[in-house]
Amino acid sequence: MTYFQIISAIFIGLAAGYVGSFMVLRRMALVGDALSHVALPGLAIAILLNINPFVGAFATLFIGIVFVWLIENRTELSTESLIGLIFTVSLAIGFLITPQSELLEALFGDISKISAVDAYLAVIFSIILVLAMRSISKGFILSTISPDLARASGVKVAKLNFIFLLLVAIAVALGIKAVGSLLMGALVIIPAITSRNVTSSLRGYTVASALIGLISLLGGMAIAGRFHLSPGPIVILASSAIFLVSLLFTKR
Amino acid sequence: MGEEILKVEKLTVEFYGQKVVEDVNFSLKKGEVLAVVGPNGSGKSVLFRALLGLVPYTGKVTWQKGVKIGYVPQKLAVEKDFPLTAGEFMTLRRVKPKQEIEKSLEDVGLHKKNKGYGWLLDKKLGQLSSGQLQRLLIANSLTGKPDVLLFDEPTSGIDIAGEETIYELFRKLQASTELTVILISHDLNAIHDFSDNVLGLNRKQICFGRPHEVLDHRLLHHLYGEEMEHHHPGHDLSAL
Repeated sequence: MTYFQIISAIFIGLAAGYVGSFMVLRRMALVGDALSHVALPGLAIAILLNINPFVGAFATLFIGIVFVWLIENRTELSTESLIGLIFTVSLAIGFLITPQSELLEALFGDISKISAVDAYLAVIFSIILVLAMRSISKGFILSTISPDLARASGVKVAKLNFIFLLLVAIAVALGIKAVGSLLMGALVIIPAITSRNVTSSLRGYTVASALIGLISLLGGMAIAGRFHLSPGPIVILASSAIFLVSLLFTKR
Repeated sequence: MGEEILKVEKLTVEFYGQKVVEDVNFSLKKGEVLAVVGPNGSGKSVLFRALLGLVPYTGKVTWQKGVKIGYVPQKLAVEKDFPLTAGEFMTLRRVKPKQEIEKSLEDVGLHKKNKGYGWLLDKKLGQLSSGQLQRLLIANSLTGKPDVLLFDEPTSGIDIAGEETIYELFRKLQASTELTVILISHDLNAIHDFSDNVLGLNRKQICFGRPHEVLDHRLLHHLYGEEMEHHHPGHDLSAL
């Protein structure tokens, strides 16, 4: 592995695991999964226009989160069914417009192609992500367990939800280069559910989730590199293996 | 007691063209206890949410200037394994200084010094008993020194002994801080002993006044219908 790959894996793994821990508490596991697919058409457009994939992915993700947020706040429509729609439509469009030769990489990622620019982007945005998430975490948790109590305590719940979705979009856009748009959802979710099995405090849970994200991504990449396998699927299998081990230590 | 802390005029809340609270009028003085009674679905919790400004309404809700409101919700959406300890929950509202949290935990008897209770703070929120959770929620609402407490009592799950201590707790708090309390309650005996005024609600305002004046058979029949007389022997009115 190159120096850039290792640095990227460390930062993306930590950030994805950390943000993912909050998504799981919000029962947004499926939203994360769906959002990661929304990145595909953005990736395709970036490839066609020859711009940085992170930018392309983030652009369609941004449209995606605005849509999710509007559904949450402005309508009585069922979020789940509409997300199902966004997800399949994005996948269909993305599949059609992604050049055949790039399709596999867009779907499953290829961290061997991470450039210096990608690595710098990963470091900067991961740090922003973690700091921003930390600063909204208390209000976010309060509004998760009681929206009324949060609002009565002066938390701007709708605004906070939007910032949160924005952070999720950044996390997904960052991780796509590493594990691809099909599997990014898992990189966000599996560390969190693993951590939940073995921790009881919020602090322990979020920190452990971030560390499990790091170990999954770095370990998976190392294994994939050693045996010349596709990194994306190996990363997900690595994190699932950690999840299975965590079941042995589940606190009840 | 004296100055008016809350005045509600012609308060109406509508959801999808349906009036769930209609034409509610009452006022409350500092240090008073107001009990809101009514059957399930009568709009009690919606009234609270309107008082807190959480739902759109028509009419007027006028709080005394600069008044601080503490809110005790009926329940929290936490599963048993939600990774948040009771102690961590207390820090979510960014109360400063930290000693305030200690003080309110002490007020409800959950302080670390209190043997047998302190360890509760390290327990997951979802694993507290309903009585313990209610105490914690009250402590949480007391941080920041509110002038008014809005207390939405859960319908079930609190043992009678626990319930009495909650009312005792309120009495104690009132004596020391002149706290104004609005509570949604299901325990008519406690309301009779504890509250200054009762607001009967069944979508519309049924009554408002002193408990011994308004809590009679006719009102209860109006509020709860047959259900009251046949299925709630624990709330026998001969005790009132």
